[in-house]
Amino acid sequence: MTQTRTYDDQNDGQKDGQKDGQRGGRNDGAPDGAGESALSVRDLWKIFGARADKVIGTPDADLPRKQLQAKTGCVAAVKDVSFDVRPGEVFVVMGLSGSGKSTLVRLLTRLIEPTAGTVTIGGEDVTKADAGRLRDLRRHHVAMVFQHFGLLPHRTVMDNVGFGLEVRGVAKGERRARAQEMVDLVGLAGNEGSFPDQLSGGMQQRVGLARALAVDPTLMMFDEPFSALDPLIRRDMQNEVIRLHHEVGKTMVFITHDLQEALKLGDRILIMRDGEIVQIGEPAEIVASPADDYVRDFVSDVPRSHVLTLRYVCRRPDGGDPGEGPALQADEVVRDAARQVLAAHGPVRVYDGEDFLGIVDDEDILRVVVAEEEAVGS
Amino acid sequence: MSTTVTRRPSAPPVREEQPRVEEHRPQHTFGRILAVVAVWVVGWAVLRGHQTLSLPGAQLSDFQKWLNGVKNSFDAARETNPAFKIVGGISDGLNWVFLHLQYLFSTPAPGRPVPEVGWVGVLAILVFVAFALAGVRCAVLVLLGTLAFGFLGYWQESIDTLLITLLAVLICVVIGVPIGIWMARSKGARAAITPVLDGMQTMPSFAYLEPLALIFGIGTASAIVLTVIYAVPPLIRITEHGIRGVSEGAVEASRSLGCTSPQLLRKVQLPMARRTIVVGVNQCMMAALAMAIIAAFVSGPGLGVPVMQSLAALDIGGAAVSGGLIVVVAIMLDRTTTAASERAELLARAGRRHVQTRRIVLAVLAVVTVVAIYVSRLRLSAAQFPSSPALQRPVSTFISSVTDTVVNSIEKATTAFANVVSYGLINPLQSVLAASPWWLSALAILALAYVLGGWRPAVTALVCEAVLLGVGLWNDSMITLTSVLVATILVVIVSVVLGVWMGRRRRVDTILRPFLDALQTIPPFVYLVPALALFPPSRFTAIVAALAYGVPIATKLVADGIRGVSPTSVEAAEASGATAWQMIAKVQLPMARAAVVLATNQGLLYVLSMVVIGGLVGGGSLGYFVVAGFSQDQLFGKGLAAGIAITALGIMLDRIARHAAARHGRV
Ligand SMILES: Nc1ncnc2c1ncn2[C@@H]1O[C@H](COP(=O)(O)OP(=O)(O)OP(=O)(O)O)[C@@H](O)[C@H]1O
Ligand SMILES: [Mg+2]
Repeated sequence: MTQTRTYDDQNDGQKDGQKDGQRGGRNDGAPDGAGESALSVRDLWKIFGARADKVIGTPDADLPRKQLQAKTGCVAAVKDVSFDVRPGEVFVVMGLSGSGKSTLVRLLTRLIEPTAGTVTIGGEDVTKADAGRLRDLRRHHVAMVFQHFGLLPHRTVMDNVGFGLEVRGVAKGERRARAQEMVDLVGLAGNEGSFPDQLSGGMQQRVGLARALAVDPTLMMFDEPFSALDPLIRRDMQNEVIRLHHEVGKTMVFITHDLQEALKLGDRILIMRDGEIVQIGEPAEIVASPADDYVRDFVSDVPRSHVLTLRYVCRRPDGGDPGEGPALQADEVVRDAARQVLAAHGPVRVYDGEDFLGIVDDEDILRVVVAEEEAVGS
Repeated sequence: MSTTVTRRPSAPPVREEQPRVEEHRPQHTFGRILAVVAVWVVGWAVLRGHQTLSLPGAQLSDFQKWLNGVKNSFDAARETNPAFKIVGGISDGLNWVFLHLQYLFSTPAPGRPVPEVGWVGVLAILVFVAFALAGVRCAVLVLLGTLAFGFLGYWQESIDTLLITLLAVLICVVIGVPIGIWMARSKGARAAITPVLDGMQTMPSFAYLEPLALIFGIGTASAIVLTVIYAVPPLIRITEHGIRGVSEGAVEASRSLGCTSPQLLRKVQLPMARRTIVVGVNQCMMAALAMAIIAAFVSGPGLGVPVMQSLAALDIGGAAVSGGLIVVVAIMLDRTTTAASERAELLARAGRRHVQTRRIVLAVLAVVTVVAIYVSRLRLSAAQFPSSPALQRPVSTFISSVTDTVVNSIEKATTAFANVVSYGLINPLQSVLAASPWWLSALAILALAYVLGGWRPAVTALVCEAVLLGVGLWNDSMITLTSVLVATILVVIVSVVLGVWMGRRRRVDTILRPFLDALQTIPPFVYLVPALALFPPSRFTAIVAALAYGVPIATKLVADGIRGVSPTSVEAAEASGATAWQMIAKVQLPMARAAVVLATNQGLLYVLSMVVIGGLVGGGSLGYFVVAGFSQDQLFGKGLAAGIAITALGIMLDRIARHAAARHGRV
């Protein structure tokens, strides 16, 4: 646990404006107050077991998970986690099995009660909300998509999608209209009257998706939504999420243990191990400078040229801005920039907006690509 | 008193919680049992006949006399005591409701020569309900069954049985479903109620006959309460199981959408558990029907009365007809509820057009039913079941003569079998158990309980033995125990043979299983009829009935166990050239040990309840005293004591069997 939330804050300025700039509300500086972030988590703990609340604040809390379990019988599923999610962002949480991802995401709306810490969603402190407020929050502001779909087998697709509205007390006509809209949006038109067990896995998860979208939440949470699907359908569904994100622009917290998926979807990625944060950063950043061996191991198989941007490849020339030759933007992915760099005579200048960052030449590009080949070859 | 709710294939597998057990060293268990038995036998040989505590049938111990006194003071208090006002209110209420149901459907209403609704009306209602719930095939079945009520001459009794069963089941649903839901949703409730259910299910129904009669008086109310006590535990358990079985994922997803707790129950848990709950109602119904005959002891109305009378008169034909009608009622109710639970889903999913057609058909049939009811109120021929053709006499005579012929022709074989078992098994065992000094048997049983199950069941056994001694029925309890053990041994032998056969051969399984399922629908009392046809009234007859009652469940358990042995192991053994016998003895049976142990356990409990009932057909001992307690006033105390002794015996056997099963059943 070397990276903390200060790490996160430090790097915010540097990352702004990267990746698709069209996302609203992203260019106006680092969200350092909870008021501006869609979701803000501070010092969150979850310890399973009897007398779990007694553990926090004692030296026991710092023990590694195994030792704590041996000593007190408690399992620390989430340990002192803090992070912020910006409005409109896709925030990915990843880690190996048992690292506490599912627990973390359930703590956010208190499907599991936190042992300590605060969660603030849209400026409201969730951890202090009473039952009524909490229900309100779940009904209107946050929706979740589950790994095993969690559909109601006795209801049709239509009634499953409208379930959140029904629970909320929306009149039948309005409910059906909205549900129909969502069914169309996720591409299930024609299956309104089917029952979940008559659908394929991918279609079932589309129902789950539509159900979550139907309540028009401000924050959507996904707990490994596609890991039960086979690879082709998984890719379809990932594209679907990307499309929906473009269309409806929701803030998303996305749990996965699949790095490819994380890199594909995430604006930022949080990596967890044994309940603790190991690193938070943009995909390219994590690939370029892994915080420790755990992360390095994680990203070792990644095709680096697909992820790394010029920002992480360029270097400061000795003499400052050479002032001539072709120029490229820093958020260009190496793979896309390769042709231009190789075609150019001499180094290519890299800019972050107006600011000069450095230069890349053929050598730098080849180093990335060749390293990748070697990694695959070995 | 079965502790199982897995009586039928449709029931969900409700696994009993296995008791915590101490570490064990299996290699010593068998040797230790032998050692205990050896000491016991030696002690018996030396001290046989001394201090056996046997008490002649008409003689009462002090405790039993005291119970007689209690009864008298209860009877006296009934008029004055305020607590009895409440009980009296309940009992009057139940009697009133049932009486008016009878006026409506089965007995002449005041001021009329016939019930309010005549037979044509009743028939129409039953067929309509069966059709609406379960479809055409069930409706035909119900039609034929209901006609059989009339033609076999037991119209009123059959309708009474149906009414009392349905009324009891209704009460069970009203009480049981909410309790089941509560248990599923609250850990505290579960912890508090589970032991009560355990107790209710271990207690043989015979044991609470007399206390109930004491409190509610003799009559319909007692019969209903008796039935409810017996039938409600499976419903509660299955409801709880159903609600808890609702997928975590669906519940969590619903919570994440902001469901309130009542919304969760109404929109998610109940609909998703509906099928299971209907299975629970089905089990509850079968259990209620199992009480139909026993209820006759407390003057409950219905088919139980003729069955008892025929049994008492050793009239096999008569008992077969009236007992057969109970089976008909059982099949009608079972098929209808099972089909209903299966169809519920289909109907919910049917298209709109289908739903509309169905509505129209139902509306038409409803009109027909109403017309039938109306007609049955106007015309005597539609109100009173036609007296001809009266099939009862010819059918029962026919059955009697056929059984006579059959029994005569195989008498040699049956007598020989009876003798072998009596002289080879029952007599020696009974002699050791009952003719040893009481302290020797008591110590030996304690030692066996300890060896088999550890100190927990041994403590239970100690308490139960103290109860047996305290109520003054030690010797009779040992005699009953003998029958139970013998029957259990036979059940295990038969069910292992059949079960292995079924487990190894698909074809055998497909042929036998429906029979076993059907046998399990039959109320236990009915098993006495064929047993009594084959053998003269004796201990042995009761054992045969118990055997017939216990074998189906045990066989199915063994068969499932054998079937469950991993195919890879079987293949591996085959590959190494094992013969069929080696395969059974060295691979399949050892690997299915858990199932065999469970089958023994279940068989034991079934057998106990049956052996007690067998008191009626010459089984003697505890069961006989319970019955005698009703007919002879001065024996009431002894009957009540016998009920207590049965309970103690049941709990003792159940605990030992369960702990032994938990210890030795793990693979
Ligand atoms: N209800 C619980 N009681 C006790 N321990 C729990 C409970 N739920 C989770 N845990 C423990 O907390 C840890 C984190 O579990 P969690 O399910 O959050 O992991 P995960 O990262 O989602 O793993 P996966 O990728 O397998 O879903 C695990 O060690 C798990 O054993
Ligand atoms: Mg998980």
